[in-house]
Amino acid sequence: METILVLTHVDETGLALTKASMEAVTAGVELARQHTATLTIGILGPASVEAATAAAGAVAATGARLLAVSGEAFAQPRYATDAAACEALCRAAQASIILAPGSSRFVRVAAGVAHRLGGFIDTHITSLSSNDAVDATRWFYRQRVEAVVSRDARPWFLLLDAGTHAAFAGESGVAQVEAVAVTLPAVRTAVEGLRSPMRDAQTIRPDAKLLFVAGAGWTKKQPDGQIHVAEAGELILAFLRLSGASLGSSKSLADQKAEGSDGEQSVLPFLTHMNQIGQTGSTPRHAKGLSTCCHGEEPHVVGWRFIGERRAISLDANCGWTRGKADVVYVADAFQVIAKVNALLEAHTG
Amino acid sequence: MNSNSSKEGFMAQALQIVVCAGIVPDPLQTLEPVTGPNGPGLKNEMVLPAVLDPWAACALYEAAQLVTKNPGSKLWLMSLGPKAKLQQVMMTVGQKAAFELVPIYGPIGGFPDAHSTAAALAEAIAALPGLDRERLLLFGGWESATRGAGVTLQLVGERLGITNQFQGVDQITLREDGSFEVLERVEGGRHQVSVCAGTPAVLGWATGNLAEPRNNPQTGMANMRGIMPALQKAKHVELAANGLSYVSVNLPKQQRETRVEKNMSADEIASELVEWIGAE
Repeated sequence: METILVLTHVDETGLALTKASMEAVTAGVELARQHTATLTIGILGPASVEAATAAAGAVAATGARLLAVSGEAFAQPRYATDAAACEALCRAAQASIILAPGSSRFVRVAAGVAHRLGGFIDTHITSLSSNDAVDATRWFYRQRVEAVVSRDARPWFLLLDAGTHAAFAGESGVAQVEAVAVTLPAVRTAVEGLRSPMRDAQTIRPDAKLLFVAGAGWTKKQPDGQIHVAEAGELILAFLRLSGASLGSSKSLADQKAEGSDGEQSVLPFLTHMNQIGQTGSTPRHAKGLSTCCHGEEPHVVGWRFIGERRAISLDANCGWTRGKADVVYVADAFQVIAKVNALLEAHTG
Repeated sequence: MNSNSSKEGFMAQALQIVVCAGIVPDPLQTLEPVTGPNGPGLKNEMVLPAVLDPWAACALYEAAQLVTKNPGSKLWLMSLGPKAKLQQVMMTVGQKAAFELVPIYGPIGGFPDAHSTAAALAEAIAALPGLDRERLLLFGGWESATRGAGVTLQLVGERLGITNQFQGVDQITLREDGSFEVLERVEGGRHQVSVCAGTPAVLGWATGNLAEPRNNPQTGMANMRGIMPALQKAKHVELAANGLSYVSVNLPKQQRETRVEKNMSADEIASELVEWIGAE
């Protein structure tokens, strides 16, 4: 019989579990029910036992055993301390299957923890299914090949992609949390905080319904023979503000640097490689995606695997989007269309 | 962000950098999974044009710049794959950065188990002549373009006892006292800023911010003097499955019925888009 541990961690407030953690809890509850398995939830990161108890309240309705590693040393994401904490939680739970969200915090340490426990790990899991065994679905070759994998070796760590399960929504309650002691390892890394590379606005919005992708065409010569980068930037930022969309970019645009910036600044100053979608970029999950001034070639489009409805605006009637990669392609000038869209959205918002 | 993602403003220090980088099919190739006697693979995998794994290539360029700016430093490029593929890819990669190649012969592709791959890499690193593991910076991509699991580098680090690990790295800034600042990608388009007291450390690179270096025939010629002998004496490893089995391997349904609108005015398109954006 399986024993299931869901590893979770708190958000930046230190008092609540992250949304991705709550999604992993849902997966754990479902898997435990299917296997009639015992369920434990491990919480990493609260600054105190009181904070751990507060965070655990949101999952009290699972009826799971609740474990926590808390303390100032574990409040910040860092390999040495997080690995030690996760190892202690896993040993305390004696779990055969460990589920965890594929957050940057757990992605950094989960493989190392699996190794310490003599276990194995698979990541980017998009769904779990059970017969007698546990099967996990994940993608290979940058979302181009889909496989269902299984392992008979235990413990088995499975990192779940965000957005693949609904967040656990049980009623909050009073939680009984068992504190797990951890011998603090040697710490040689100090976490100094978070830094946003965006100069003007936060353009990456993982929870947005719409992904807006800008391609290199925004910086090319327009029908008047001139380049209109400043106008492109204004149109894009206005669209993001009015629509609430998240901004993605093709590699070719993210690679471009502004003239006279000594290679310091992107041609669109609010754009960085973190906006990049595709083979060497991200693969975000949004209900809809709108591509503009982008050819829709395969290395870019692999990053659209988890975008539901896809539309594109392109001057090229033979671009990649027209070959079965988008639902609708408008052969048109994105400068004109987005200006009109912005005007309509502005009018709608009053 | 500074365009030089590997920065320093201090006296140079000799570094020892090992970059782990796999071989992957050129992203423009069509991939078709097939199942053979040894498990899943790609159709015609051995004849597909291959490139150095893109994120690992970013790690290589960052490492090369650090080595260039820090005299006395050394850069190893470790890659596991079939001999023919390694030979083909190194002809190109060898022109972009100066390194000592450490090839390991093994299966190609994303389907072998990451734990076995990591064990082979860790063993080879531990056996590198002249490597001072206390000074080691272990670089690689934060994920491969094949398996895409993002675990191999961590497992190698654990096997080597390295507990300063960073993933999704976009920048390292070396400091005079031997410490270094690292920017790691975290959720919401932000970086976590950390300062590590010193080596050894593992850095799984995202894109960084360096452009791909141009091919330099002189660098290529110099590299070839080491690459060819290294390819001649490389060892072969078998990779255990570690209980991993594949229930199914398939191509996703990705073809959509595309409606191509060539004659709509900007006004008409805008109206349709606004309605679409607002629709639940």
